[in-house]
Amino acid sequence: MQLLMFYILGFGAVLSALLLVTSKKPVNAAMSLIATMFCLAGLYVLLDAHLVAVLQILVYAGAVMVLFLFVIMLLNIQEKEGRLAGSTIALQFVSILGVGMVFVIAASLVKVRGALPTGGELFPFGTTKAVGSMLFTEYLLPFEIASMLLLAAIVGAVILAKRRISDAKP
Amino acid sequence: MVTLNSYLTLSAVLFSIGAVGVFTQRNALIMYMCIELMLNAVNLTFIAFSRYLNDLGGHVFVFMIMTVAAAEAAVGLAIIMALFRNKETVNVDEINLSKG
Repeated sequence: MQLLMFYILGFGAVLSALLLVTSKKPVNAAMSLIATMFCLAGLYVLLDAHLVAVLQILVYAGAVMVLFLFVIMLLNIQEKEGRLAGSTIALQFVSILGVGMVFVIAASLVKVRGALPTGGELFPFGTTKAVGSMLFTEYLLPFEIASMLLLAAIVGAVILAKRRISDAKP
Repeated sequence: MVTLNSYLTLSAVLFSIGAVGVFTQRNALIMYMCIELMLNAVNLTFIAFSRYLNDLGGHVFVFMIMTVAAAEAAVGLAIIMALFRNKETVNVDEINLSKG
């Protein structure tokens, strides 16, 4: 059952990722990426990472992708904008490079024989309580730094996206 | 039986697809989405290793990566909007302001 789910979700993730890199319109690309993220959330559930799976859907598929779609619709990009890299030779070269990359990583993994532990853990794995207590004790400083990073991102995004006062005047 | 190897290989495939996308796409928005895909592939590796080692540290790392990805998306999209306002394009081939 777990194997079947892994294959369904993994196949779905790879398929929608391929749709993402070959899409010509930003909206189609965004929809493919959302599909990939849902498949990955399912894989996280298979790995007992329940909190991360919910965060994946809330933060990525929810917040980040809505931001993407919002910008796509705000910019109203014309059809001619969406195209792949110019020459077909460059496309083929990059594709071969990508396949080679997969093979190099897969070859380095041949000796990995990791059977994942299933069920019967000593403590509840990957629940909000377990991850939360870890975040607020052992990793408290990185957690606070992350909040500072988000604050800096908010300020930066507002400053970058706002119009200059001189531009606003007619 | 799903092994650690299967998850790592799937993650490698997704990462490579994202990398190819960054090189082939000329639309800045889709390039950003491919970068998000690469970040997600790394997250899958973290979660798989976290399960394998029975250590929740990986989940905390994924939490941090999500924070950084959200910040990156916000700032990156703001940059794209500022660029579009000036150049009326999101095609990276036509954005060559730094060219001498």
